[in-house]
Amino acid sequence: MLQRTPLYPVHQRMGARMTAFAGWEMPESYQGILAESRAVRTGAGLFDVSHLGRYQIQGELALPFMEYLLVSRILPVAVGRARYTLLCHEEGGILDDSLVYHLEQQRYWLVSNALNRVKVGQWLHRWAGPYSVEIADVSPDTAALALQGPSSPMILAQLGDPSAIQGLGPFNCLQTMVGGCQALVSRTGYTGEDGFEIVTGAAEAPGLWQRLLDLGAVPCGLGARDVLRLEAGFVLYGNDIDEMTNPYEAGLGWLVHLDKGEFLGREALQRIKERGVRRRLIGLQMQGREIPRAGYAILVGGDKVGQVTSGTHSPILGTSIGLGYVTPEMATAGTQVEVDIRGKLVPAIIVKGPFYRSRPQS
Amino acid sequence: MYPTECRYSKEHEWVRLDEGGQASVGITYYAQKQLGDVVYVDLPPVGTRLLQFQKFGEVESVKSVSDLFSPVSGEVVAVNQEMADKPELVNKEPYGGGWLIRVALKDAAELEKLLTSQEYQGLVEQEAH
Repeated sequence: MLQRTPLYPVHQRMGARMTAFAGWEMPESYQGILAESRAVRTGAGLFDVSHLGRYQIQGELALPFMEYLLVSRILPVAVGRARYTLLCHEEGGILDDSLVYHLEQQRYWLVSNALNRVKVGQWLHRWAGPYSVEIADVSPDTAALALQGPSSPMILAQLGDPSAIQGLGPFNCLQTMVGGCQALVSRTGYTGEDGFEIVTGAAEAPGLWQRLLDLGAVPCGLGARDVLRLEAGFVLYGNDIDEMTNPYEAGLGWLVHLDKGEFLGREALQRIKERGVRRRLIGLQMQGREIPRAGYAILVGGDKVGQVTSGTHSPILGTSIGLGYVTPEMATAGTQVEVDIRGKLVPAIIVKGPFYRSRPQS
Repeated sequence: MYPTECRYSKEHEWVRLDEGGQASVGITYYAQKQLGDVVYVDLPPVGTRLLQFQKFGEVESVKSVSDLFSPVSGEVVAVNQEMADKPELVNKEPYGGGWLIRVALKDAAELEKLLTSQEYQGLVEQEAH
């Protein structure tokens, strides 16, 4: 039985095409994946991201607990700030890539992938003992909306304190009123575009959703979310990273602060860093329209050098793109490879970093 | 959504008799709706001889890849060149600019084995439930 978010009745009523994702029945698209992707690049799109896990951790030892669980230094994450980071297990594999929010002194939120929602909750409880922190799963009582695209600040400002909303810096968060609802607003997202993520009460979410649409946001589904995150070069847990992936091979080594003191996975990560990696995550810019899909082989001169983990068609580039792993010696920008697309070898170029960067905020 | 001048296969292709014993082939409104945004179409070269219900290509959307099956036997006499740059025509005009191949029919009687517009509509309604 698939789980449903508080916005499910709204998606039904609006005629969204639904899909199963990580155990959730979510909108895949409303008017079409590519049209929704374009709307986010040029205006604003609205996504239901209530399926993500939201955990609150509080107590006197909340900070040391977060430092122990997360691979990044959490001390500099001031109140009102958020940070992208990882939970790794003792062997250095990635348990989840998450956002940590510092809401108040001794009070944090951890936002996990939908796929890892239960696992992360169990993981928090497993290690909490010595820290006697209070852990609450706030996901069921709340809903989360992502308002993404260059028009997002203008739209959201109309529903709350304009200067506070427009002045919110990237990766900053704020507890404020939005459209009459108490909300946690952060200037974060998963599209490579300016925008906000808004957590509010489950009961208030449908009203807020409608008000944002009335102000011009275009309803978007997970299909567009996947296109946009791939254009931005963001990994998706379950596709591009998992418990068998370490941060260094996934291009996420910059999140690991080995010198911050003891934390889960530190010894293993130190060893992996010294030993070097056996594969590296790269971007693939296809020379044709065929989509490289998860599991397809990447070849050089007929020899397999790696494998695709995600792929899509990029409306902004007009070509197909993908992410995958190749041997370290092939992982240089500009390397010409081929992808075996159902028996046909399609040329591609290895790209490092995002395929698309938004224009700087004005 | 399902023009009466076309015949339909259970695999969701349409075929329409043109002049001089030739027929155009494409995918139906329902098929393109199920696929979503089409981004790539792989078509056979002109001259390819097809048997009825034989695979002749692939249509790829952001979500998935589907095989294309020829609703009729015959030789491919034209392929829609616009598909190289504008595969979205399959979504926008499935029975017009989104046609895929034109076939010189080997046996016009094969059309009788296909579904009428009304029969196809019935099939689609069943599948949708």
